[in-house]
Amino acid sequence: MVDAITFFKYLLVMAGVTYLVRMVPMVLVRGKIKNNFVRSFLYYVPYAVLSVMTIPAIFYSTSYIISAIIGLAVALVLSYFNRGLLTVAVFASATVLIVELILKYI
Amino acid sequence: MLDDNQKGDDSGMNELNSFSKGIKDGLPICLGYLSVAFAFGISAVNAGLDIWQAVLISMANVTSAGQLAGVPIIVSGGTLIELAATQLIINLRYSLMSISLSQKFGKSVRFVDKLLVSFVNTDEVFAVSSSNKTDVGRKYMYGITLTPFIGWSLGTLLGAMAGNILPEIVISALGIAIYAMFVAIVVPCAKKERPVLFCSLFAIVLSCIFNYVPVLKEHISNGFIIIICTVIAGAVFALVAPIPNEEAKEDIQNG
Repeated sequence: MVDAITFFKYLLVMAGVTYLVRMVPMVLVRGKIKNNFVRSFLYYVPYAVLSVMTIPAIFYSTSYIISAIIGLAVALVLSYFNRGLLTVAVFASATVLIVELILKYI
Repeated sequence: MLDDNQKGDDSGMNELNSFSKGIKDGLPICLGYLSVAFAFGISAVNAGLDIWQAVLISMANVTSAGQLAGVPIIVSGGTLIELAATQLIINLRYSLMSISLSQKFGKSVRFVDKLLVSFVNTDEVFAVSSSNKTDVGRKYMYGITLTPFIGWSLGTLLGAMAGNILPEIVISALGIAIYAMFVAIVVPCAKKERPVLFCSLFAIVLSCIFNYVPVLKEHISNGFIIIICTVIAGAVFALVAPIPNEEAKEDIQNG
């Protein structure tokens, strides 16, 4: 157990850093950026960052790599057909559950 | 500001500023967060935190990767410097997203709105709100940050309480939820726009190189790998496939 005073010190530092990293750039950048390179860069950032965060981390997000691979395949197919975020997340999780049940009991 | 004359459409001028539309767009994120935060709640309590501590961490940080990395430092009695440095590195990507999102803000977004909205500028909130064709307004931003915030906090509470009841196999299945959500954000756009597809694939190749080449993996932390790969992929594609200049259209209409 972490005592309350110590915990609040940690919490303050953790939340403070996280908030500043988000808030300062949003407040400092005023108006629209005109530079087309910067605008293009910022346009690609969300897709690049999500891709980097997903692969290869997704393969180690479940108990077995094989269940994660099949879960990813399901997510890719459903997303390709424009299913919503929730549908994709639920079906990927359900797929992992089924695959791992099969691996465990068959 | 009228020098770049282009015909253009109205897209730069209209501002999406409906609170209820924001709530609605935030709902799938909220439900996705319920399961991801649920998993966080379980792991935080297993690591040795109280339920209220796990919930406060979620309410004060609203970030999956940072929290996952922070809990072990807290329970093992790490230094505040270590905690601060870890959060800075893992969450540095948000500063890119904050700058990027600020470019989507319409005229209604004031200074105080930025102070509040930036608190819940997560990967998903950022990706969904900036995928709108038009600029977004303050009411929309309050809607799309409120629902995910509730989902994240509530999910942590439920997970922290239910922790030991759930079988391991269910927890394993929930582990993929957040990544599946990332896939669902990237794929539809990659399908429509070739450069986004190639940028995503390029970023994945970089990510695999940094994760699997022994020397690199040993010396660079996870947070830095994310930043380095993102910056390289973004910069390369900004050079090879710059986006069309929409700024000019807006200037014409507002001027």
